Amino acid sequence: MTVTAPPPTRSRTGGPDLTRAALAGRRRFTNHLATAAIWAAVLLAVIPLALVTYTVISKGGGVMSLSFLTEDIPNSYRRQGGGMAPAIVGTLLITGAAALMAIPLGVFGAVYLNEYGKQKPLARLIRLMADVMTGVPSIVMGLFVYISWVLLVGEQTGFAGALALACLMLPVVIRSSEEMLRLVPDELRQASMALGARKWKTILTVVLPAAISGITSGSLLAVARAAGETAPIIIVTGIVFSPNWNLFEGSNTALPAQIFRNASTSFPAAQDRAWGAALTLIVIVLGFTVIARFISSRFAIKER
Amino acid sequence: MTVTNEPPAARPALTRRGGNAVGDRLFSWWTLGTGLLVLAILGLILITTVREAWPAFDAMGLRFLTERIWDPNPATGDAIFGALSFAYGTAISSLIALLFAVPVSVGIALFLTELAPRRLRGAAVTVIDLLAAVPSVVFGLWGILVVAPALVPVYQWMHDVLGGVPVLGRLFGPVGSGRNFMTAGLILAIMVTPIITSITREVFSTVPRADKDAALALGATRWEMIRGAVFPHSFGGVVGAVMLGLGRAMGETIAVALVIGGATNITANIFAPGNSMAAVIVQQFGESTGTFTAALIGLGVVLFAMTVLINVLAQVVVRRAEARMKGSVA
Repeated sequence: MTVTAPPPTRSRTGGPDLTRAALAGRRRFTNHLATAAIWAAVLLAVIPLALVTYTVISKGGGVMSLSFLTEDIPNSYRRQGGGMAPAIVGTLLITGAAALMAIPLGVFGAVYLNEYGKQKPLARLIRLMADVMTGVPSIVMGLFVYISWVLLVGEQTGFAGALALACLMLPVVIRSSEEMLRLVPDELRQASMALGARKWKTILTVVLPAAISGITSGSLLAVARAAGETAPIIIVTGIVFSPNWNLFEGSNTALPAQIFRNASTSFPAAQDRAWGAALTLIVIVLGFTVIARFISSRFAIKER
Repeated sequence: MTVTNEPPAARPALTRRGGNAVGDRLFSWWTLGTGLLVLAILGLILITTVREAWPAFDAMGLRFLTERIWDPNPATGDAIFGALSFAYGTAISSLIALLFAVPVSVGIALFLTELAPRRLRGAAVTVIDLLAAVPSVVFGLWGILVVAPALVPVYQWMHDVLGGVPVLGRLFGPVGSGRNFMTAGLILAIMVTPIITSITREVFSTVPRADKDAALALGATRWEMIRGAVFPHSFGGVVGAVMLGLGRAMGETIAVALVIGGATNITANIFAPGNSMAAVIVQQFGESTGTFTAALIGLGVVLFAMTVLINVLAQVVVRRAEARMKGSVA
């Protein structure tokens, strides 16, 4: 316990010529000023969010229609009309495959950290590196998958995109799942072991089910973040103009990549498609986020 | 961000050793294997990218980092790959981003921990969560089609007013299309605000109640309490949060690629177009071959090394600060 607030008069540099009343006034003024600044900061965060939401909804809504969701992408940016169906298919397939890879691995990694590794040096290193890995730029992850997978199999595929997204999701899933496992009361583990269950059985049948809602919501947030990743998709999946349902053969595309490509052009038709794709993407991402929030608020373990 | 807690208490060792513990051992190895995957991936990234970038490093040597010219297809002579201009663009746009994002983030964190009425707190947290949930490419799209054109008159006005000031004026030079360092910095600021806010907020919330109450009891106003009790306590943690934000800003690719303008340029003028390392990779990767590809991957290596360094430092700083605070609560 070291820090105490200095007596207010000492922190003011005004000097002795200030009367007590003047000092109090200045203090009150500073306090009001600070309060106003803090409110202003909150407003500054609300403004861009509101503007982005408004623009995406108004511009994207103008393009949105059933045919936009089901038609192929025109192979010339200049052309009017067309849709984003290939990109929607790609986004769902690639993100889904990435989730199938990253979530189980991440959850077991979290089991290691919380149930076996605890505070061992190796576990602490893995924890630190998982946090560092969340900070690795997605473009670097894209280059990594390009070198170690695309060059190996010799073609850009949807699966390569899924690999890159899985690498981006893995550390997020590990860290959020570990948080959730830590909330599981130790009494549950002890009760299970007192009944003679082995540790692996305790973990699989008692600990994981107890934490499953938190793990699910954390993982869904990771999926939502991955669905919006653009850079690795552009580098490793190539581009197609009609839906490719095969992840392992042929190029693919995804909504973020289409937004990027169309936004970089100067053709109004392409820009319209970019806004429509943005609206579709935001709806998908928000869908995941809302489900995650619902699960975590509805079924969460109470923090002790 | 997470706090690594000590386990609540030493628990009695209930696992039996020996016997038919094969299942147990296999399971623990399997989980260990998945944990090690993180280290393996990070190691592999380093090895494969450095190997693949070697032709460019070999051709350019140290000039890769100190040369400002980037000319993959020169009319005569060898291609020149110098990362300096792009490193400068990365640095300047990240710096502008932090300049705007840090005060705002600290403000929001203070709002959430000290000021907000219970009902508004939930709303403010939702705003931050939503900001974090919007994909970066959507910010990029908004930036290139809406923000950049809308800001041109503002930039023009700032250039007219401040451009004549002796030294400062060089920052506010002639305005082009609105796609420039400044716009990139502003968009980045929006994108790093959520992460800085959430970590700063965690750090602020660990300030002991007793310290704050003591300050208030001595007659401090709320602001004096924040300055005297909250800030000194959380300085380290906030520094860590800012560094994490810096790491994110440096690595952000798509939004920057859309709004920074795409010029190889080192200039003090924040209204001039430039480029950043991450953005160059995604813009030029598709049309590159041979040494050109290697050079782009080389940019990725530099980026990887810088972000890992910054993130490790930031994590260590945040952990130190949190450990110290926990000590002071006890």
